[in-house]
Amino acid sequence: MFIDFFFVLRRKGVPVSITEWMSFIEAMYNGHFQSSLNHLYYIGRAFLVKSEAYYDAYDLAFQEFFGGIATQDVELEKVLDWLENPLNRLPKMSPEEMMEFQKQLEEFKRTHDMEELMRQFRERLKEQKERHDGGHKWVGTGGYSPFGAYGYHPGGIRVGGESWMQSAAKVAEERRFRNYRNDIILDVRQTKMALKKLRELKREGSQEELDIDETIDKTAKEGGEIELVFNRSRENSVRIILLMDTGGSMLPYTELCEKLFSAATQTDHFKEFRYYFFHNCIYQDIYEDIANYKRVPTEKLFSLFNKNYKLILVGDARMAYSELFDINGCIDYFSTNDKPGLEWLARLKDHFPHSVWLNPTHRNFWGHYTVDTIGKVFPMFELTIDGLKDAIKALTSKTKNPLLYNS
Amino acid sequence: MAGGSQGYHGSEDYIASKPLMEIVNVAVVLRKPLVVKGEPGTGKTLLAHSIARALNKKLLIWNIKSTTKARDGLYVYDTVQRLNDARFKDKDISDIRQYIKMGRLGQAFQSDEQVVLLIDEIDKADIEFPNDLLNELDEMTFHVNELDEEVTAKHRPIVIITSNSEKELPDAFLRRCIFYYIEFPDSEMMESIVKVHYPDIEDKLVREAMKKFYWIREMEGIKKKPSTSELLDWIKALSLGGIKIEKITSEIPFLGTLLKNEQDTDRFVRLSSNQGSGFGFRRR
Repeated sequence: MFIDFFFVLRRKGVPVSITEWMSFIEAMYNGHFQSSLNHLYYIGRAFLVKSEAYYDAYDLAFQEFFGGIATQDVELEKVLDWLENPLNRLPKMSPEEMMEFQKQLEEFKRTHDMEELMRQFRERLKEQKERHDGGHKWVGTGGYSPFGAYGYHPGGIRVGGESWMQSAAKVAEERRFRNYRNDIILDVRQTKMALKKLRELKREGSQEELDIDETIDKTAKEGGEIELVFNRSRENSVRIILLMDTGGSMLPYTELCEKLFSAATQTDHFKEFRYYFFHNCIYQDIYEDIANYKRVPTEKLFSLFNKNYKLILVGDARMAYSELFDINGCIDYFSTNDKPGLEWLARLKDHFPHSVWLNPTHRNFWGHYTVDTIGKVFPMFELTIDGLKDAIKALTSKTKNPLLYNS
Repeated sequence: MAGGSQGYHGSEDYIASKPLMEIVNVAVVLRKPLVVKGEPGTGKTLLAHSIARALNKKLLIWNIKSTTKARDGLYVYDTVQRLNDARFKDKDISDIRQYIKMGRLGQAFQSDEQVVLLIDEIDKADIEFPNDLLNELDEMTFHVNELDEEVTAKHRPIVIITSNSEKELPDAFLRRCIFYYIEFPDSEMMESIVKVHYPDIEDKLVREAMKKFYWIREMEGIKKKPSTSELLDWIKALSLGGIKIEKITSEIPFLGTLLKNEQDTDRFVRLSSNQGSGFGFRRR
């Protein structure tokens, strides 16, 4: 059945809903567009895909489902060429004849389904070896076969014809929208947009909204002297702390982290935004600068910021076993630590219930002991747009995690 | 049938690609709002103007700002005015109707003929904004609380919504719409766009200018890529300034019309000056 295309789309990751599919099918069967692969491609895309980020996935799905046509034994190019230059164009039809065709079209829709037609089309392309104009079986122009251009077959498949920019199968194959996939690129702007989702609206700031009830009350009390009362409008009250790993293993991801960092600092929509740095793991001190010179006691995070702050840690979470589990396991030669790193991480998690860990490395490379362990303390997400979105969902959800560290 | 003589085929001053025209026709026939997304300068807003002109319908534009609320598009009840009028007793204030002012959507609903309604840059508003319009766009009706009356569309307007992808639009909203992403025009398309705007300009100048234009667009690290409107400005400047074609091939006159921030200009100068050996330089 044609519905398989729906499942191919879902499998390729296009979030198509039933509603969208139904209106697409409805549009198709109402005959609102010509039956050609090109129409199907573009109109299907308009109905089923609602973000350019999924255009690439759509192309892939389309290719999988309809792609056989482009790579048949008879080259599509040649077929298109025959179709574009018909030898005999059909004479104009009278309204009665058109009516007759309408009737046939209805009949055809009842008796054929899309899949059957596609199958026949592929088969016939396979059998066909030469050009056809007129006639009623082969793919060609001006004829009555269900396949071809400039011809009349009710409900048939039209191949090419008219000046579409390119054939749909070819467009799909080109995958021009690959760059729009959102699991691949992460730029400052996109990151900003993702971060904008981090918000909690509260009434703060200047008073702008007219409070009608209060105004009437006040006015009545003043004996009819009009007294306008305004309310504060709602504003974002999210406060963020960003902790970034500057360790050596993070070097390949510098650019990625820079992007996240500049997006976060440029987003003026947080109530407050603080950032600190650490080296591989967190101990009693964190740093105010990337070069790790200006020390700040980690304890200060607990005293300065309450639990309403949202904590984002960025790092690859990959380190030597001792750095996470041992006293004096710190990688810096001149530093010592009397509590293991894991303990500090657990304390952070307890103090800031809303916290996430963003990992710039690919999920496939997370199979490392310290990564697993840290992943159990903080919910861990990939540093991609999708990962960031999930992380933000986790940050704004109301559920509380059990305490890890009791002191 | 869409695509027949009745449908939309672009207008004199607007070049629409074939797929886009088709989608517009489908949206009109199926009475679904059309969401148009794309880079700035790809002609999203102009599309609505073009549709209105081509189909000979009135265009209502609702420009969205960051402070716009969904209610603003339906109607506004001017309480303060009414209070003020009540104070001096020189007006009859019993008729609330005179204090209800229809917003753009309200006007579109009340219009005696079908109109084209452009909701421009919907992503500028609050993230929840599109959701607040779901029912109104679906049912084409809304309720005026103060009058306890329904306002229903006399003729379902053709709704065109543009978005710059500043914010993601909610899924529930998108599900009810038809979506089209306008790609940045390729050089062939761009040439016809330029022709529409400046039919008298020399072909050779246009071609050279476009070559440079796409070259700049593809430069790595340019933050604000020049768009169609910048190209049009540039070509105009070139032809008004009487710049010789040879000059465009060797340097870029009026660079300021193409690149609008200092960083990009620096980057451009750096990249174009050491195109030889330094071009493949990679930061480690």
